[in-house]
Amino acid sequence: MPQTNNIVDIDATITYMADELLSRLPQHPLMIGIHTGGAWVASRLHSLLKLPDALGTLDISFYRDDFSRVGVNPTVKTSNLPENVENRHVILVDDVLHTGRTIRAALNEIFDYGRPASVTLAVLLNRDGRELPIEAQVVGHHLKLKKNQHIKLLGPVPLKLEIQEVHA
Amino acid sequence: MRDNLQFDSHGRLRHLLTTEDLPRQTVLDILNTAESFISVGEREIKKVPLLRGKTVVNLFFEASTRTRTTFEIAAKRLSADVINLNPLASSTAKGETLLDTVRNLEAMHTELFVVRHREAGAAHLIAAHVPEHVHIVNAGDGRHAHPTQALLDLFTIRRHKGPIENLKVAIVGDILHSRVARSDIHALTTLGAAEVRVIAPKTLLPTAVEKLGVHAYTDMRKGLDGVDVVIMLRLQRERMTGGLISSEQEYFNLYGLTQEKLGFAKPDAIVMHPGPMNRGLDIDSAVADGPRSVILPQVTYGIAVRMAIMALIMGGAPAESAPAGGRRA
Repeated sequence: MPQTNNIVDIDATITYMADELLSRLPQHPLMIGIHTGGAWVASRLHSLLKLPDALGTLDISFYRDDFSRVGVNPTVKTSNLPENVENRHVILVDDVLHTGRTIRAALNEIFDYGRPASVTLAVLLNRDGRELPIEAQVVGHHLKLKKNQHIKLLGPVPLKLEIQEVHA
Repeated sequence: MRDNLQFDSHGRLRHLLTTEDLPRQTVLDILNTAESFISVGEREIKKVPLLRGKTVVNLFFEASTRTRTTFEIAAKRLSADVINLNPLASSTAKGETLLDTVRNLEAMHTELFVVRHREAGAAHLIAAHVPEHVHIVNAGDGRHAHPTQALLDLFTIRRHKGPIENLKVAIVGDILHSRVARSDIHALTTLGAAEVRVIAPKTLLPTAVEKLGVHAYTDMRKGLDGVDVVIMLRLQRERMTGGLISSEQEYFNLYGLTQEKLGFAKPDAIVMHPGPMNRGLDIDSAVADGPRSVILPQVTYGIAVRMAIMALIMGGAPAESAPAGGRRA
């Protein structure tokens, strides 16, 4: 059974993330959110930080490493990077950092648009279970979950977290 | 589960052979996936890694430039390796059978065959004989089917005119010899087009064409009246054995699309053509190059639609069997 609980105060967490980002904001940053949850969080951060450049979104479906197992999801969204990423300081935003594979895919996709000057990773939730050497510079909240527990951000309004237990 | 050759035992699309009996949801999945591939073609590096390490063979037993090229570009943008074969000039000329040609290519560990053949059913025959990991896309078989053209036509219509359900579509010209017309008709009726019409001289209309769910006209004024989309076809002179049209001049006068005849359609109707065009026979240059023509966008969309088809048939399990929690974080 999916369970939704108020483990995290999401609004407060996003405000905290914005403060953290503000103190390390690079020159002329370009924010990019990963579909779908990451784009919701990025959109909040983008308005809190009053960033002048339009928010970019990324759907990493075409860059996943499990295509031969799970195929393409026909509901894949279009990536939309309104700004050139060449030489830009990118703030990449996702909802949950878990295995690190989504971020790997997102970095690959970003580099197919150009060569950014730097990429800073900001995530709402950081959970254990990393399978790649990838860490976030800004973390809203750390969470310890069991291996069979999946956490998902529901939204866009209001943002809510849902934990699902998967029984093998 | 379907017993259709196009689907595997789990109901997943494995080959694309025809738009006939293709479920509505499958058509929509292809069109929606193609939307996302459009943006890949617009950026600096027009490549995604989905089919990296896979080999696609373009097996064209019949001449083609546009279709073969767009399949090649589509496969390369998916990072596949592509081999173009024109067996007219190779082993089949020495007597090798179709299935032997395919078996030899399979032995080279190739995964996808894009097949064009002058015989109807060629792609089906190959699909019935390949092992499970090999996929077939029909790029045109005789007069039978050209499903990727039909899907790119739907994609074009949807992009320029919105939901198919509200639209009246006329297909004009050499319906008799046209696999594009057949595949378009099946695809349009699957998506519930408000009306599908065919317009041609009697000699170029298949017998009992109405059984496909279309209205047949022999007069352009009546046929084009109130339509939103005009799909012109190429007069396939190379398939004609003579006597089907009295003269090319008369054909153009009666059925060639001119500004004047386009005036019978809705004022915002779009004009399509699968190419290659016979200018001054199927269509007047003023219309082909005019503001309502979407003939060149069709070519561009063809790449995205073919990328979507190849990505969908070569991917693994469908999205709903992905691990719970959806996208892995």
